[in-house]
Amino acid sequence: MEIYLLLIFMIVAAVAALEIKDLISSVIALSAVGLSLSLAFLVLKAPNLAITQLVVELLCLILLIHATIKKDLPLVKDGRWLFNTVSTLAFVAVFLVFIYFALKELPVFGMPIMRVSGEYLDKGFSLTGAANIVTAVALKFRGLDSLGETVVIFVSAIGVLAVMRKVGKIR
Amino acid sequence: MEIYLLCLVLFCVGLYGAVRKRNLIKIIIGLVIMEYAVNLFLVLIGYRLQGRAPILASDQQVLNMVDPLVQSMVMTTIVIGLALIMLVVAIAVRIYEKYGTFDITKIRKLRG
Repeated sequence: MEIYLLLIFMIVAAVAALEIKDLISSVIALSAVGLSLSLAFLVLKAPNLAITQLVVELLCLILLIHATIKKDLPLVKDGRWLFNTVSTLAFVAVFLVFIYFALKELPVFGMPIMRVSGEYLDKGFSLTGAANIVTAVALKFRGLDSLGETVVIFVSAIGVLAVMRKVGKIR
Repeated sequence: MEIYLLCLVLFCVGLYGAVRKRNLIKIIIGLVIMEYAVNLFLVLIGYRLQGRAPILASDQQVLNMVDPLVQSMVMTTIVIGLALIMLVVAIAVRIYEKYGTFDITKIRKLRG
């Protein structure tokens, strides 16, 4: 039941984040979405995810505030209001048609198909010795995925350095 | 099933923001909202009613735990999302330094 309230709050905060004119206010509304997502993970029995989401959300808030603060922000006016809105809504409608066919294939909420993870739950402790099955899966059974994640972060950091560097800039 | 629909509404709000808005920061916010919605959707698929967190204890049955595989994958996804936001914000700051605006229709120096 709490998850419904949290989701409705997240939708309201997301609409506020997109519609507020002031950019710093909208960044803070986005952070409200992320923090309630962290609470939702806690309600959905995923404490590891809640901690990770909390840390990531704070870092994201710092990054976005760094991007928006100390900039003089000219007011961005929306031109061609009708055409833009109608074409966007048409795009969302096409997306919803595909979702309508996909949603029938999903398992019912509350009864997951646990064909692989049943094995992990049964044998996780005896094979890895970790009491927390999530870390056992992340570090032992699916260790290559964690390696790929690290590679992605490394590539992203190199990309940030390449984008933000000052020397060698052609003026 | 209604909870999937609510999650979908959240995704559509993010999609609307990413497609419709003309401010670069608003577009980034739309992307982040979409990412949150997808993460929440994946965790919702792995949730079991009256389930418990997948952490072993002496008084806990294996039968009523939620799906640990989805949670592990979503943990990877969250961190990769942070890397994505880092790169996109860096590009946006760079664009602001060069053009002096976040409006995407004013960024037209490469136009042929």
